[in-house]
Amino acid sequence: MEEIYAKFVSQKISKTRWRPVPPGSLQTAETFATGSWDNEENYVSLWSIGDLGNVDSDGGFEGEHQLLCDIKHHGDVMDLQFFDQERIVAASSTGCVTVFLHHPNNQTLSVSQQWPTAHYHTGPGSPSRSSAPCTGVVCDNPEIVTVGEDGRINLFRADHKEAVRTIDNADSSTLHAVTFLRTPEILTVNSIGQLKIWDFRKQGNEPSQILSLTGDRVPLHCVDRHPNQQHVVATGGQDGMLSIWDVRQGTMPVSLLKAHEAEMWEVHFHPSNPDHLFTCSEDGSLWHWDASTDVPEKSSLFNQGGRSSTFLSHSISNQANVHQSLISSWLSTDPAKDRIEITSLLPSRTLSVNSLDVLGPCLVCGTDAEAIYVTRQLFS
Amino acid sequence: MEELDGEPTVTLIPGVNSKKKQMCFDWGPGEMLVCETSFNKKEKSETVPGCPFIYIIRKDIDVYSQILRKLFNESHGIFVGLQRIEEELTGKSRKAQLPCFLSLQDAPCSCCMSFHFCRLVRVSKNYRSVIRACMEEMHQAAIAAKDPASGRQFSSQVSILSAMELIWNLCEILFIEVAPAGPLLLHLLDWVRLHVCEVDSLLADVLGSENPSKHESFWNLVTILVLQGRLDEARQMLSKEADVSPTSAGMCRILGDLMRTMPVLSPGNTQTLTELELKWQHWHEECERHLQDGTFASSPHLESLCKIMLGDEAALLEQKELLNNWYHFLVTRLLYSHPTVKPIDLHFYAQSSLDLFLGGESSPEPLDNILMAAFEFDIHQVIKECSIALSNWWFVAHLTDLLDHCKLLQSHNLYFGSNMREFLLLEYASGLFAHHRPSCLSSDCCSLWQLGVDYFDYCPELGRVSLELHIERIPLSTEQKALKVLRICEQRQMTEQVRSICKILAMKAVRNNRLGSALSWSIRAKDAAFATLVSDRFLRDYCERGCFSDLDLIDNLGPAMMLSDRLTFLGKYREFHRFYGEKRFFDAASLLLSLMTSQIAPRCFWVTLLTDALPLLEQKQVIFTTEQTYELMRCLEDLASGRPVRGEPGAQRLQEDIENTKLEMLRLALARNLARAIIKEGSLEGS
Repeated sequence: MEEIYAKFVSQKISKTRWRPVPPGSLQTAETFATGSWDNEENYVSLWSIGDLGNVDSDGGFEGEHQLLCDIKHHGDVMDLQFFDQERIVAASSTGCVTVFLHHPNNQTLSVSQQWPTAHYHTGPGSPSRSSAPCTGVVCDNPEIVTVGEDGRINLFRADHKEAVRTIDNADSSTLHAVTFLRTPEILTVNSIGQLKIWDFRKQGNEPSQILSLTGDRVPLHCVDRHPNQQHVVATGGQDGMLSIWDVRQGTMPVSLLKAHEAEMWEVHFHPSNPDHLFTCSEDGSLWHWDASTDVPEKSSLFNQGGRSSTFLSHSISNQANVHQSLISSWLSTDPAKDRIEITSLLPSRTLSVNSLDVLGPCLVCGTDAEAIYVTRQLFS
Repeated sequence: MEELDGEPTVTLIPGVNSKKKQMCFDWGPGEMLVCETSFNKKEKSETVPGCPFIYIIRKDIDVYSQILRKLFNESHGIFVGLQRIEEELTGKSRKAQLPCFLSLQDAPCSCCMSFHFCRLVRVSKNYRSVIRACMEEMHQAAIAAKDPASGRQFSSQVSILSAMELIWNLCEILFIEVAPAGPLLLHLLDWVRLHVCEVDSLLADVLGSENPSKHESFWNLVTILVLQGRLDEARQMLSKEADVSPTSAGMCRILGDLMRTMPVLSPGNTQTLTELELKWQHWHEECERHLQDGTFASSPHLESLCKIMLGDEAALLEQKELLNNWYHFLVTRLLYSHPTVKPIDLHFYAQSSLDLFLGGESSPEPLDNILMAAFEFDIHQVIKECSIALSNWWFVAHLTDLLDHCKLLQSHNLYFGSNMREFLLLEYASGLFAHHRPSCLSSDCCSLWQLGVDYFDYCPELGRVSLELHIERIPLSTEQKALKVLRICEQRQMTEQVRSICKILAMKAVRNNRLGSALSWSIRAKDAAFATLVSDRFLRDYCERGCFSDLDLIDNLGPAMMLSDRLTFLGKYREFHRFYGEKRFFDAASLLLSLMTSQIAPRCFWVTLLTDALPLLEQKQVIFTTEQTYELMRCLEDLASGRPVRGEPGAQRLQEDIENTKLEMLRLALARNLARAIIKEGSLEGS
């Protein structure tokens, strides 16, 4: 039985993110960041789930997360990403992009860098700029890419004052999310159901590829790339559908899976166990998709082959299409979709679950009902 | 009109002298605007400078407290859960005929007969535990507060919350659990023990001392334990006294025995009330005999304890300090003189206890009145008094709703609006929507509005209308917020609001020069007029710049293209360009022609379309057939004849000249094409 801890925090949570663990360390996740929205004053906060004796003194239950520190944030926190161990990048509804620095010694947060008008509108006839919300941010040290309601894509570098590259009018509609595909390439999703691939090596404001849902133009709200197979991409849409794409081929999704009843706000592959996928939605649900349920079948297949290792390499090189399901459980176009097992993780439906993040056996999510949920035993 | 329930309180507005100045005001949701006015005081106002401020006056400021927000959020979950129970129940009665009825998971507990009842009690307890959690946190905050002013504020909140919980708990016992004679008193004892909790710290203090029986509060402690009916603990304390003072050991043992033998109703016991009453009578007589015989005469402490156990009013009133309040007095008095009190008699004892306890020295406070109304089983009075005494609607709205689910309020209809439950829920929900409104004048922040939506949903009569009015007033700072509002509207089929929100967003996008976004929003709103407007902007931009912007959107319009004629034209015209770019000239030509003949293209655009035909006419290959050429010619002549011929001077003239040259060129090109087409078609037919 998975244990989920809930804590009411008196602010609507728009984003939750685990702090990455140092590569190669055996540590499990113990610190996460949250951003709030729609409050009179919004905050970026850091929380700990570790058993810190000194913090626990105010009688909190064991396992409940404790506030480490917070800092005021101007505007709604639209997106949040850890840049490295100490730095957090926040996207604001005021079009501002801020890098916050965490000082672990005295547990405080400070502004380390800021691009105040990263996203803005230019009204017709008037040269004045009005701010446009920045809707998404993604980091790959030292680069930071942001997208916004103004359809603009910015590429920042942590040590540069100005944007390294800006693509104006990259999209005619609102860009909702962004993620890295391969190093110079990024993926964006927009409000008319398109998935675009951009290559920073190319000049001009044209994407290198456009993939789209057919016809309906259902807005896409989130995107995540498979951690190991970079061509496999998952997106979530306004109708709550989960789409799996293979960006190498075709302009349409490989599979469409009926999921939530309202906007899917986030989708995440498990970083180290990518057969597992997590989604959350405006309808107040948080789902765990498990595509690894046919593992025993696979192993029996290998056993029949005798020398399993040679069989595997052989099949990949020569019969990639036939044995695709062996490579990625998400790309299989097998009509028997029941291979994917879905579990709902929250005990009862609440208001919208705006954000989630997974790291190792830990999951954190934040809701409009002003609660943060944490579980430390995802796979038990 | 009903008469006023009390004197209205006076709020002074700083900076305004209401004796000299007049004030004007306007009502808003949950608050009111007040400002100085010079109406009717013309002659003076010119010389005296007025107060330059407009004041916003709000009744419930509690919403600002961070801690109370947890109360609102957590109780929202419980509230929604309770409404779902009700829905499930009505669903159940519908499904009852079906064989698959055994779907309800939780079984009834052994003490009662129905699921529903048990669940309602559980819901009530959940509400109370949320209040208590909030109270604890507020208490911690009061202790940790840095300045005394905020400390006082927290402390006063703690006492308000504690009063809420006290009232709620009593209502739970009397109205929801409806405890019968016997168990009723046990519940009331628990109630008193829960709310007079100083005794526990005292107990720990005394037991922790080196010599408990010599502790200065030892006898106070024992008395309190007896007053609260905690006789086992009192007996243990007495045994400590007996250990150290051999002289009183005998008396302590006798009193201890009396305590041990006092008959009480235990939940698992099957004995009847009559049996209990009989046993209790025997025990009471025995106590009395000991008192008569002067068993405890040598120890005033023990004697007074014995008197308390006999329910002696004078002895009880001597302990006024330890009793704290009249309801504690009431419960102790009942415990030792009427242990099997019936609910119906409660109000009689309550009233006399209140009178005895206050003794005419002080008048009852609002809390006393509320509790008294509860003992009188006058639910409406309880709610009314609470509404007056408490500064926000949270308490009355949730309590009334719960009592309504217990079917206790059906008969009561207000002379305005709908019934009381709905009225209070509406007030509460409106307050949630108004949360933080003042600062919204500058930016965006009404952070509790999402909770309000669910409350409106469960107000059958006026909830929807209220929601419609409130939802349109939420500031839409980001598209994401707008999407959340839209989802709420769409789930409730509030088409009018959906349209208006989409229109606001479309307008905003146009103002920000985001035509693609604007078009998307008008398509979502199915707003044909606005789509036409945006399409015109696209076409105008095209005419000016000679190329289209936002191709990713226009190329992918799909069926949405049919929303308005102009949008269809925009989509098709772009398709023509695509055909042309792909060198599919025949497709391009027939599409171009059909755009004009089907009347989709606006007249003003025909010149552009005909000009677009020029390069097709000039191709080496013959593209337009004779028939198509005739059509084109007809369009051209239509256009030429439809033009007003007015000889106007200057620039207009020049423009006209250019237009005429264009027409001449077109005529020539068409004539040449016609000639080529006739030859080609003739030779094809011949071969």
